[in-house]
Amino acid sequence: MEPFQNFTGIVAPLDRSNVDTDAIIPKQFLKSIARTGFGPYLFDELRYLDRGEPGMDCTNRPLNPTFVLNDPRYAGAQILLARENFGCGSSREHAPWAIADFGLRVIIAPSFADIFHNNCFKNGLLPIVLAPKIVDDLFARANGVQALRISVDLPEQVLVLDDGTRIAFDVEAGNKERLLKGLDDIGVTLEQADVIRAYEERRRGEAPWLFSAPQPGLSV
Amino acid sequence: MGAKTLYAKLWDEHVVHLDENGTALLYIDRQLVHEVTSPQAFEGLRLAGRRPWRVAANLAVPDHNVPTRDLAAGITDPVSKIQVETLDSNCAEFGITEFRMSDPRQGVVHVIGPEQGFTLPGTTVVCGDSHTSTHGAFGALAFGIGTSEVEHVLATQCLIQRKSKTLLISIDGQVGPGVTAKDIVLAIIGEIGTAGGTGSVIEFAGDAIRALSMEGRMTVCNMAIEAGARAGLIGVDEKTIEYLRGRPYSPTGELFEQGAAHWRTLVSDPGAHFDRVVRMDAAAIQPQVTWGTSPEMVVPIDGQVPDPQHEQDPVRAEGIRRALDYMGLEPGTAIRDIRPDKIFIGSCTNSRIEDLRAAAEVVKGRKVADSIQLALVVPGSGLVKAQAESEGLDRIFTEAGFEWREPGCSMCLAMNADRLEPGERCASTSNRNFEGRQGQGGRTHLVSPAMAAAAAVTGHFVDVREL
Repeated sequence: MEPFQNFTGIVAPLDRSNVDTDAIIPKQFLKSIARTGFGPYLFDELRYLDRGEPGMDCTNRPLNPTFVLNDPRYAGAQILLARENFGCGSSREHAPWAIADFGLRVIIAPSFADIFHNNCFKNGLLPIVLAPKIVDDLFARANGVQALRISVDLPEQVLVLDDGTRIAFDVEAGNKERLLKGLDDIGVTLEQADVIRAYEERRRGEAPWLFSAPQPGLSV
Repeated sequence: MGAKTLYAKLWDEHVVHLDENGTALLYIDRQLVHEVTSPQAFEGLRLAGRRPWRVAANLAVPDHNVPTRDLAAGITDPVSKIQVETLDSNCAEFGITEFRMSDPRQGVVHVIGPEQGFTLPGTTVVCGDSHTSTHGAFGALAFGIGTSEVEHVLATQCLIQRKSKTLLISIDGQVGPGVTAKDIVLAIIGEIGTAGGTGSVIEFAGDAIRALSMEGRMTVCNMAIEAGARAGLIGVDEKTIEYLRGRPYSPTGELFEQGAAHWRTLVSDPGAHFDRVVRMDAAAIQPQVTWGTSPEMVVPIDGQVPDPQHEQDPVRAEGIRRALDYMGLEPGTAIRDIRPDKIFIGSCTNSRIEDLRAAAEVVKGRKVADSIQLALVVPGSGLVKAQAESEGLDRIFTEAGFEWREPGCSMCLAMNADRLEPGERCASTSNRNFEGRQGQGGRTHLVSPAMAAAAAVTGHFVDVREL
């Protein structure tokens, strides 16, 4: 994973609560066995007027003009602003894959669903939780004639708006380090292989019933 | 040592290492694997030259893409076919047990885990699927994960986790006749909202939960994720233990008794502290029907579709307006006047033998209404299907005009051929009524199996207790 770099980007305001992962990337695109190429299908049912299918060339598909990511003001947006419970529903990591592949790097919302929040950090995306009042204010600014631009500083944990307003945000220390260093979690965990092995040996002794071989049988 | 919650007991038992930030390396006893969220995880292992840490900790089954009829013809959609074949080849390459499409034990991953005794009390159970919360019905800490974490568990048998908050939901007293586990959990979500459990593990307790069968408890825990929770849990009792006795993956003989002695301790201690407690009166819960595009948009069968003009919060009012527009409903419409086009009985929420029995009891001696274009019953597994057929349930359904299909996820998320067309309305026993969930433009109303059956035979939503 690429380390997360500070940047300044345009904010696309998606004024919806409970944006679910089915909306972020519809089920037909989950049939891919690859990890890339989901960006063109991000928010497929909201973004296009026709029915999307995997492998489709999206360059000539009819766009829904009322959808925020199709608004020329927000072309090239790297920050998505949304309402509460963003990313609810299915655990599909295809959702953050699609968001990252599209070019978004930060999502701001009053709250996120747990699994989606977790999945973001595995894919170089920074989900930022801000108080509902601050989010309201950001929506008002982002909906203006001029798109809102925000500078994201992860080491300092601060957002700087174009008028100089500074907004501090929280991020769990482990997740912050993971993003900043672009860490491979598995590699880090395997450094503790001996500790895992020792735990496992103890568990075999304490709960041997968890390690028994299955019995043949077909009972319901 | 103070009084502990069930969650704290499960957590403590699985911590391999705790760092200074409070982040734990948590041991994972069991992983269920399906075809949609695993290919990139196996590919990751291959690219890094890694092998699974403990192959026997994994059990795989294709379910999302499998067709529910003409199994002999195989999968016709080439993209779906590749995904299922990829699971087959990955499991063969890495030595993981898989119940393939042709295996009589094949079925929905959250049905077969418990059915096989692969899910045991006191375990941590994960799967690249949000409805893994289902397994919490057994006093197991079970939650859905993303594909990166599937790979992490394959490679290390651990996950990096932080401790969740605890929420106790107690359903006090008993529900009336005709009110099911599905109605209980929909009522809970209506009460606390789809973000009500965010950051928390919910323990379901109270007399009404204790009175549920294991199937009913699975239905409740299954939808804990729809309340935003990390996991759902129910403490172990004799019902839990008896359910597991004699199942293929359950321990046997003395080992089973040893396990059972430990399992009996897997309840929250009296006086244990929860971060939040919600109490609901079971007797007040009526059969539920969702009207909107989020599971929290739910009312009792006697209710009406809400009017956004009566909602004070502008964001919520706009949400209601958008949902009504999508669902093709007018404010104030009585739920009883809503007429579905299709009926779906199935999914990891409601496709177990008890669900099929409940639906069949309503259907018996009746016919699917003429206005219903398609009524499907999709059993949760090959073994559930065989059991239902041995009880004659399949004939009750087919004589009434239902189609009796092969097991799989089917129209819950429409990754196979079973889907709604734009504008079609469905009474569904599944778990999500999101826009497009059952097919682009499809309109979903979530209900219990008995309520879906009642809607099938009358052509509109109706209180099953009046039939």
